[in-house]
Amino acid sequence: MILGGGTGGTLAANRLRRSFPGEELEITVVDGNDSHLYQPGLLFVPFGLAKPGDLIRPRHRQLNAGVAFHQSEIDRVDLDADTVFLADGSALGYDVLVVATGADLLLAETEGLTGPGWGQKVHTFYSLEGAAALATALARFEGGRLVVNMVDLPIKCPVAPLEFAFLADWYFHKRGIRDKVEITYVTSLDGAFTKAICNRELSGLLAEKGIEVVTEFNTGQVEGEAGRLVSYDERVVDFDLAVVVPLHGGASYVGRSPGLGDELGFVPTDEATLQSKARPNVFVIGDASDLRASKAGSVAHFQGDVLVHNIERFLADDVLDASFDGHTNCFIESGFGKALLIDFNYDVEPVSGHFPGRVGLPLLKESRLNHLGKLAFQSIYWHVLLPGRDIPLLDSAMPMAGKRLDSPVAESG
Amino acid sequence: MPTQTYVDRDVALDEEGFFTHPEQWTEEMAPKIAQQEGIPELTERHWQVIRFMRSEYFSKGSGPTVRVLGKTSGVPIKELYQLFPKGPAKIAAKIAGIPKPRGCI
Repeated sequence: MILGGGTGGTLAANRLRRSFPGEELEITVVDGNDSHLYQPGLLFVPFGLAKPGDLIRPRHRQLNAGVAFHQSEIDRVDLDADTVFLADGSALGYDVLVVATGADLLLAETEGLTGPGWGQKVHTFYSLEGAAALATALARFEGGRLVVNMVDLPIKCPVAPLEFAFLADWYFHKRGIRDKVEITYVTSLDGAFTKAICNRELSGLLAEKGIEVVTEFNTGQVEGEAGRLVSYDERVVDFDLAVVVPLHGGASYVGRSPGLGDELGFVPTDEATLQSKARPNVFVIGDASDLRASKAGSVAHFQGDVLVHNIERFLADDVLDASFDGHTNCFIESGFGKALLIDFNYDVEPVSGHFPGRVGLPLLKESRLNHLGKLAFQSIYWHVLLPGRDIPLLDSAMPMAGKRLDSPVAESG
Repeated sequence: MPTQTYVDRDVALDEEGFFTHPEQWTEEMAPKIAQQEGIPELTERHWQVIRFMRSEYFSKGSGPTVRVLGKTSGVPIKELYQLFPKGPAKIAAKIAGIPKPRGCI
């Protein structure tokens, strides 16, 4: 039983079906709707670089033959009874459960965020409707202060708010009004990014592009009409247009399922085997876990083969392999047709060099090639990643060849 | 690795002043660390947070973030900032003698 038909759930279902082609394993994916959203595309919608309609495909069509799709919201999981109760009234028993329901946006947790001014002066690009509304607002924006606010971690794709700021710089240049727009990046972190070397590189880029950074700003209240962000320690950032990346939590049913999740609704998970800490027959893939890996599609992809391998071992009563290393791979769009690439895991922070080997895409450095890589990824996503195939040259374990590790390695944030 | 002496005992700290060996911490050290962080006196509310930080660290391997602290310590975020104005999770972790909360990536 796989809860969630997004990136992790879909690729897990398809990989499992291939590992168990016979009838000994029945695979069902449950999701509340049939719209699979290509989430990396959301970043491009506000700038008119992607159309909302092009980012969506039916969930059930991404699943291999022999995977059942059950459309219903989830009410709760009863871990003791190995049963999932659905909002449509059905109760589905399972032998193995995979939690793949990702992370939700918790707009209501920030006071005033969806109050007066929401959708006019205050926006988010983390949902399809939000990104589309923001496209209209940006097109009408003729000058003033644009604030990009990352309220607090964890969030999906932690580099996306930075990419938004970079693209906004490019967008206003292109419109010829960059000198009339002040761009400010407001973050709860003590730097632009959590990892030291990467933080240095990205902070340099922000400075080069004239983007002001406000750090350790923990947003307590958004006053949309007045155009003010107020932090818990009572600092104020004024804005004419705010783009807020809201707090995230696990899917709401996790909180209704005793013993499954933590205080934020994420599922405590063994970081190397991907088995949940709640029950041995519950596994977790993607953003739904509490792992210290990024909440990103590449992580779900790299987790895929470890997850399926360990479910096979669990069903055969074998000891699980502790082989997931936290591998993450992200393109960071930096505007003007360029992007950076970072590749890291639990222990090795993003460094410079090349990927995947000594020859390849430049790491932690702006290049046209990385931008093309990011654009090409959309097709790879639908045709290789979701079907659960391995991507050539992109292994689950992080490659070390090509990485420059002589740069001082500082502790992770 | 820098060391520091609190109430006649040497303790190991990281570059940012967080304890690297939480077992070296004693309750008598807390008021001294607090004073260095600009908190002249520790009230019972401060202690509620400090004890919570330590118990979370020893059960989960990392101190909680501000957001989790606000949800689970019994002290709301607004008050946490009044108690530890320069950043509740970091400052309370320092005073509680635990490493810097890992947060997320």
